[in-house]
Amino acid sequence: MRRFHLSATPIDTAAQRIGLEDPSAGGCVTFEGWVRNHNDARAVTRLDYQAYGPLAEQEGEAILGEAVAKFALRSARCVHRTGSLAIGEMAVWVGVSADHRDAAFAACRWIIDEVKRRVPIWKNEHYADGESGWLHPDNTPVATLDWPAGGHG
Amino acid sequence: MKVRLLYFASLADRAGRSEETRETSARTPRDLYAEIAREHAFTFAPGRIRVAINGALSGWERALAEGDEIVFLPPVSGG
Repeated sequence: MRRFHLSATPIDTAAQRIGLEDPSAGGCVTFEGWVRNHNDARAVTRLDYQAYGPLAEQEGEAILGEAVAKFALRSARCVHRTGSLAIGEMAVWVGVSADHRDAAFAACRWIIDEVKRRVPIWKNEHYADGESGWLHPDNTPVATLDWPAGGHG
Repeated sequence: MKVRLLYFASLADRAGRSEETRETSARTPRDLYAEIAREHAFTFAPGRIRVAINGALSGWERALAEGDEIVFLPPVSGG
């Protein structure tokens, strides 16, 4: 059973939550990452997410498997969006269930951090001034190029 | 030897394409990255890049094989 999904359409959190249910669980913790209208003091109008699908799903599954073992979870799920997202849309959802809240809070935080660090997904920020740029880990755009990318030299 | 390359994010912008099939004499991902970084003016040092071959993460010194699908992954920014 797959626990990590990429989704080109809005995330159905109610359906995901069902996957967390377990009679032994004493609670769940979820995290929603939203597209915000600013980054690094620039006004952002939308984001495009691109993923290397096969490896993203493999890495995502690995992270959730590691989290279940490390934090003794009953369940862990994650969905990450791809494509073009508007301000306020949900880009990522993480949910975990555990017997006790300490493990659930810690695991949820750990999973979103690992997803951001390891899963091959990239965001392209579109700014209010018409520029755009792919973000890479120091959180600065590497290129300022028009989108969609053409055959520029 | 013929290999297939996929490009993502700023590397796709730089290369002006999302994939290419390439005839190369490179024996390892390290040699291949040097070759394409020159051609497409990639500025990431290999230390900031990860390599995937046929859908799985790989080391830089693995021997390339005919028909391999190779991806040089720039630093990720999901979430």
